[in-house]
Amino acid sequence: MLTIATGNKAVAAAVKAAKPGVIAAYPITPQTEIVEQIADYVAGGDLESRYIPVESEHSAMAACIGASVGGVRTFTATSSHGLLYMHEMVHWAAGARLPIVMANVNRALGPGWNIWAEHTDAFSQRDTGWLQVFVGTVQEAYDATLMAFKVAEDERVLLPLMVNLDGFALSHITQSLETVDIGDFLPPYHLPHAIDTENPLGYGPVTGPADYVRFRWDIERSMRDARGVIAEVEREFAERFGRSYGPTEDYRCEDADVIVVAMGTLGKEAEVAIDRLRDAGIKAGSMRLRWFRPFPDLDLAGREVVVIDRDYSFGFGGVVAHAIRSKTGIEPYSVIAGLGGQEVTYNDIADFVRNRRPGTETWFGVSDHV
Amino acid sequence: MSAIPKEEYLYKCTSACAGCSSSLCLRYVLKAAGPDSVLVIPACCTSVIQGTYPGTAMSVPVYNVAFAASAACASGMSEAFAAMGRETNVIVYAGDGGTVDIGIQALSGAFERGTNFLYICYDNEAYGNTGMQRSGATPLGARTTTTPGGKPTTKKDLDRIVEAHNPPYMATACSAYPLDLYKKVKKALSIEGPKFIHVLAPCPPGWRYPTEKTVEMGKLAVKTGTWILYEREYGKLTINGPSKAAMRKPAPLEDYIRGQGRFKNVSPEILNLMRQQVQQNIERLSREEAGVC
Amino acid sequence: MYEIRIHSRGGQGGVTAAKLLALAAFRDGKHATAFPFYGTERRGAPVVSFVRIDDEPIKVYSQIHEPDLVIVLDTSIMDVVDVLDGLKTDGTVLLNSAHPITGCNGACRYVDLTGIALAENLVVAGSPILNTPVIGALAKMGIVTLPSAEKAIREMFSDERNVKAARAAYEELKI
Repeated sequence: MLTIATGNKAVAAAVKAAKPGVIAAYPITPQTEIVEQIADYVAGGDLESRYIPVESEHSAMAACIGASVGGVRTFTATSSHGLLYMHEMVHWAAGARLPIVMANVNRALGPGWNIWAEHTDAFSQRDTGWLQVFVGTVQEAYDATLMAFKVAEDERVLLPLMVNLDGFALSHITQSLETVDIGDFLPPYHLPHAIDTENPLGYGPVTGPADYVRFRWDIERSMRDARGVIAEVEREFAERFGRSYGPTEDYRCEDADVIVVAMGTLGKEAEVAIDRLRDAGIKAGSMRLRWFRPFPDLDLAGREVVVIDRDYSFGFGGVVAHAIRSKTGIEPYSVIAGLGGQEVTYNDIADFVRNRRPGTETWFGVSDHV
Repeated sequence: MSAIPKEEYLYKCTSACAGCSSSLCLRYVLKAAGPDSVLVIPACCTSVIQGTYPGTAMSVPVYNVAFAASAACASGMSEAFAAMGRETNVIVYAGDGGTVDIGIQALSGAFERGTNFLYICYDNEAYGNTGMQRSGATPLGARTTTTPGGKPTTKKDLDRIVEAHNPPYMATACSAYPLDLYKKVKKALSIEGPKFIHVLAPCPPGWRYPTEKTVEMGKLAVKTGTWILYEREYGKLTINGPSKAAMRKPAPLEDYIRGQGRFKNVSPEILNLMRQQVQQNIERLSREEAGVC
Repeated sequence: MYEIRIHSRGGQGGVTAAKLLALAAFRDGKHATAFPFYGTERRGAPVVSFVRIDDEPIKVYSQIHEPDLVIVLDTSIMDVVDVLDGLKTDGTVLLNSAHPITGCNGACRYVDLTGIALAENLVVAGSPILNTPVIGALAKMGIVTLPSAEKAIREMFSDERNVKAARAAYEELKI
């Protein structure tokens, strides 16, 4: 069905189609619309799920863990401080190999209170063992949420998956949305290690170093296998529903001398900047990084790279710039822009490219920094 | 005792300390619950008692979860089972630290939401697993590794906190009265909604008494009126047998205090305050049961 | 690309008007996006919403700094907000007003949306509903077609008075 929706409503619509058995969630701006919409679906009988209105995000993830290992598909949504408050359980969900799907509406962290887009919240969960995908449109928020269940629940993966969308910039924008009849795209939930009182097991008891190392390696092995699973699922999605996605969305990169790497809505805005630059005779392209974990192989050899980080690792640098540097050996021009919802236009992005100084870092909007 | 099934769900040779009363309690909890049950346990003594990977000391599934998370995890599990049409018992078995301190938010949330589960707090009145630091459940005057001079404040009244959530069933129990505990677990599991049992579980290394006195210590807690056995069904209070007599004429508090190293060197002033507390508690519950408010 | 900035106060329906307009444009077969600039949500505070309409997919997420059209649902905002800021030299202004307002450059249009809402008794929580009549005015201006405007209104609201109000605004606005 073709309609219009916000990013939040698109996520909720995908969750409705995926029919989780349990949804546990706690409200937080700018994610709240997702859980309100889901609560509405459940109350109205449009979605046959058990909705647990938990008292905190820590409990939201704990409840998802209990439900997921109990034997049903689970979903939650959060943002910013909520994500950080559940951090302990975010680790737990991955270590327990539970394919929980969570929408994280990217938002800056206080103080001062700031409700607008930033990616630091998601990146602070970088090392938890969650798969992370970042979306750039309302349609993609829907599609990625549907695919998330299929990727996470694949027996070669069995890891939780976080779908990230920019706070307000995407969560509250209204765009067109085509919802689909998913048919048998999502197989019934099957967790090999679901609780079974006929086959009683101890889950997560004290584990000595030798076994612990093997469990950790198994997470990494699955993370590596996930690359292939993601590609398979994205291919099947394209065949069934006609929309294709990959680890990155590349725009006019083929003959580009300089490539802008950005994530989320800034990655889409960059495409407009690329058109302007091309019109001015600058051979530029853009690469919107969709998957952050597992981190994809990027084809950037022989190009200059401008990385826009909507995040920062204090005392080191932009998280994405660092990843690009370590994965490709390229010294990018690192631009820190869009923190706390800072307005960044396609003209600004075109300027980043025009004024690039590879090997250096600049903070957009901070005139006195060196 | 003939009512108690012979089947064992907690195997012998667990990693419990000698004289551990909480594992004694767990044995009876599982006998009452039976095989179609899941234990959810936060970090606590039972995390160790269950044994190390790949072994397990229990023949029911045991789900280990982070310290603050057991009640919330059980909420999710209970809802999942409900969604699947399964009637498996979901039982949280948590220590006092994981209940009255770090886990109380999740506990409160789960009770307020009406989660269908049984939450059992086995209370050894300190963080036993980490070597006896004070918890909110540590009583006035007790020495722990973080209250070397004796705890200057009183024990948090967990039962009145839980009571404020109006659960359909809540009870106190004590490891020294296993049949009483067994019956309470049975009754609790027959009721829909959030149920709570608070079990006093004396701890030989923590309380500093000889291991063979672990049952005696529990009995003394009840006989002195320090620990009162009761049930609350839909709010209505019933004082249970052993405590009825004790409340009428409690044994001297010193009988209980004297045998425990943690109360060594308690000042006469503190002892007096402890006595007053016991008396106040007895009076409050007696008045309530008699319908005098 | 046609870019529209809507000025209103929290609770007046500016955000919904943006969504309605996007939906109407979408029903015209165009691409459209709508988004509000959210501060902390408070009733009565000035709110800005943005709408972009284009024949091509829209990739721009930043705010609209040089609008083609500025809509002012509450002219009292003009005392505190420079609603004309960045307006294109050939841009247009649509005011919710029974009378023209001096100092409004560009092609300034006005229509009494409040009066239309009150005539239809479209009042919620003591405030007239402006988001449906304004779509009628925009249809008159050719931003969307009237059938699509009516279709969009019916998709979002079940009360037929909203369509009547939109038609009234369509009739009243002088081009």
